[in-house]
Amino acid sequence: MSHDDFLLKNVITSAGDRIDVEVIDHRIARIGSDISSDLLVIEGNDLLILPGLVDLHTHLREPGKESSETILSGSQAAAKGGYTAVSAMANTSPVADTAGVVEQVARLGRAAGLCDVFPIGAITVGLQGEKLAELSAMAQSAVKVRIFSDDGKCVSDPLLMRRALEYVKSFGGVIAQHAEDPLLTVDAQMNEGIVSSNLGLKGWPAVAEESIIARDILMAHYVQSRLHICHLTTRGGVELVRWAKSQGMEVTAEVTPHHLYLTDDLVTGYDPIYKVNPPLRTQSDVDALRGGLADGTIDIVATDHAPHPAEDKDCEWSAAAFGMIGLETSLSVVVAAMIETGLMDWSTLVARMSSTPARIGGYTEHGSLAVGSSANFIVIDPVNRRKIDKFQGASRSSNTPFDTMNLPASVIHTFFKGVHVVQDGELTGKKYE
Amino acid sequence: MKMTHLLSVLDLTTVQTLEILDTARELSRITDGAMKKLPTLRGRTVVNLFFEDSTRTRLSFEAAAKRLSADVINFSTKGSSVSKGESLKDTAQTLEAMGAELVILRHGSSGAAKRLAESGWIQSHIVNAGDGMHEHPTQALLDSFTIREHFPEHESDFSGLKIGIVGDILHSRVARSNVHLLTSLGADVVVIAPPTLLPIGIESWPVGISYDLDDQISSLDAIMMLRVQSERMNDAFFPSEREYARDYGLGGKRLALLKDDAIILHPGPMNRGLEISAMSADSRRSVIREQVANGVLVRMAVLYLLMGGTSIPKEGVLV
Repeated sequence: MSHDDFLLKNVITSAGDRIDVEVIDHRIARIGSDISSDLLVIEGNDLLILPGLVDLHTHLREPGKESSETILSGSQAAAKGGYTAVSAMANTSPVADTAGVVEQVARLGRAAGLCDVFPIGAITVGLQGEKLAELSAMAQSAVKVRIFSDDGKCVSDPLLMRRALEYVKSFGGVIAQHAEDPLLTVDAQMNEGIVSSNLGLKGWPAVAEESIIARDILMAHYVQSRLHICHLTTRGGVELVRWAKSQGMEVTAEVTPHHLYLTDDLVTGYDPIYKVNPPLRTQSDVDALRGGLADGTIDIVATDHAPHPAEDKDCEWSAAAFGMIGLETSLSVVVAAMIETGLMDWSTLVARMSSTPARIGGYTEHGSLAVGSSANFIVIDPVNRRKIDKFQGASRSSNTPFDTMNLPASVIHTFFKGVHVVQDGELTGKKYE
Repeated sequence: MKMTHLLSVLDLTTVQTLEILDTARELSRITDGAMKKLPTLRGRTVVNLFFEDSTRTRLSFEAAAKRLSADVINFSTKGSSVSKGESLKDTAQTLEAMGAELVILRHGSSGAAKRLAESGWIQSHIVNAGDGMHEHPTQALLDSFTIREHFPEHESDFSGLKIGIVGDILHSRVARSNVHLLTSLGADVVVIAPPTLLPIGIESWPVGISYDLDDQISSLDAIMMLRVQSERMNDAFFPSEREYARDYGLGGKRLALLKDDAIILHPGPMNRGLEISAMSADSRRSVIREQVANGVLVRMAVLYLLMGGTSIPKEGVLV
């Protein structure tokens, strides 16, 4: 027995059943109705219980950019946002391209103790796109890295991409590609289309993303390896992935909450809060992304949480940094985009935001609510709306495009390995040790 | 009319546009005689804040401000603000602290003027003197002023005038501002360029689109030749200067195809021999030097109206 043991009473599953959940020694001991126990009782008030959310695309900025975020502050933001596992992208300084760096990131994640922090390894040395990083060393390190990505940059060299896809097969790795042909996006600022033509901002054509997706799904199939496409944003990209899956090709894809909800016409005021890579696209793209997420063409939601200090957004458009934070708003935005619109039910949301990302990442302790599994779950109020306040977040950065919006769903409780890390929407100060 | 800033021609109603043009004409009349300078803005401070090289535009604004007796502070810095460690925000706040009431901003970043006006960084009036590839409103105003002077029967309505804008539409703030201003005044505008120099999404603009200058030239009342920037030549937008000049340059043979009363505009500086031949630039149809003179007048009108002028000054009350 641990002092964290408890009985959670009266919560509703995504399938609609009212259950109680007993947690002993950080694991789910019993699930049932009307469980009685002499453990501490936490009343669930008929709120919704979901397995903890799992993010495969998180920029935690440490080491190197601690002014924007640290692994601790990012873990706090994750916990408040309902995430029990995040995947730390490799574009830190130094780059996470060696076993030493990924082990340091994981160690800081364990010290924070608020969610699992799974490092993603860089594909190429220094993200330079020239030479493979020591992928096997990272895979064999204590961290057992399985996802590799140069995110922020595309592995545009087709031969290098082929080698990476082939190489990771030996340890069951997956290559997560940031699909963006760099020659088609030199100095690109926003989606290329009607809005960019009016604003005089250099366009970022959809085809720069789609041509790489097309190339890589063919290549991954050719070498029989696993490809994951980061932050899909275009209608054409959805169609390509749909086709690949129809051919039985092993490809998975993610979409961010902001690409499910925001469009390029928001750039009209030149407020860099809307500057993001890949860029916000058109309503037609948003509709296609929503359709793709609903029907499973797009496997998962990933936040691409990208913190930046205020001065990197409080400037003219071209000087501003690309990126938006997302950990603390992700669930609300997906509920608004997918559940309130009737496109998706709660069970599908669980698949897209928890169980499927856990499966892709090989995070076996996440993504399910089952007896014997690690007690990683959340309790949310699915209905009541809340006003997003960028200054109330746990993230060190406040570059959210959702500030002041009234969005549905709030995270009430987060349990990470049975530890009650968020209660009534606030961090409790407890952590898993 | 009460304007706070001049950021985009899209912010102007037709009434406001005509008021600026009328004011410019009135200022021209008043300053045409012995008195070149008006005391209207005496004691007021305007700043030329130029993050891009543009001697002509800066001098034009400076001349306009000085003819209205304003004090002018010039601030020029080449290259990107970021690389200099000098942000637009900090620079603008510094200049405002020095007493600037109106900031004339030239910046390489599209939207910089709008950002400066709407971010709350400073309270000054902002005049957009060119922002990236976005807009150059006073250029469009001076072009419309020039066209109006040549077509007096179109005093307040350009309907029936066909105006061709030729060249690098994709990167041109002059083109964007002119398309919107000319069409708002009723003109029929056609943009003429190779497809590589037209933006994706241009079908949404209120203009005709042509790849063929010869097909259009004899129908135009005014032809506006855009400058070909040297970096476009190095970036595969067209194969060679010679081919560009042959297909899209205004040379002798095409000059002969122009209507007799058609006028030739160019925002300057010209690449003689590339987008425009010397013969065309110096022909009787060319109004290029008038554009320069009119630029000062239109900018005087903009400064005058933004800084509190409510009506056209009367000759009698001026000292």
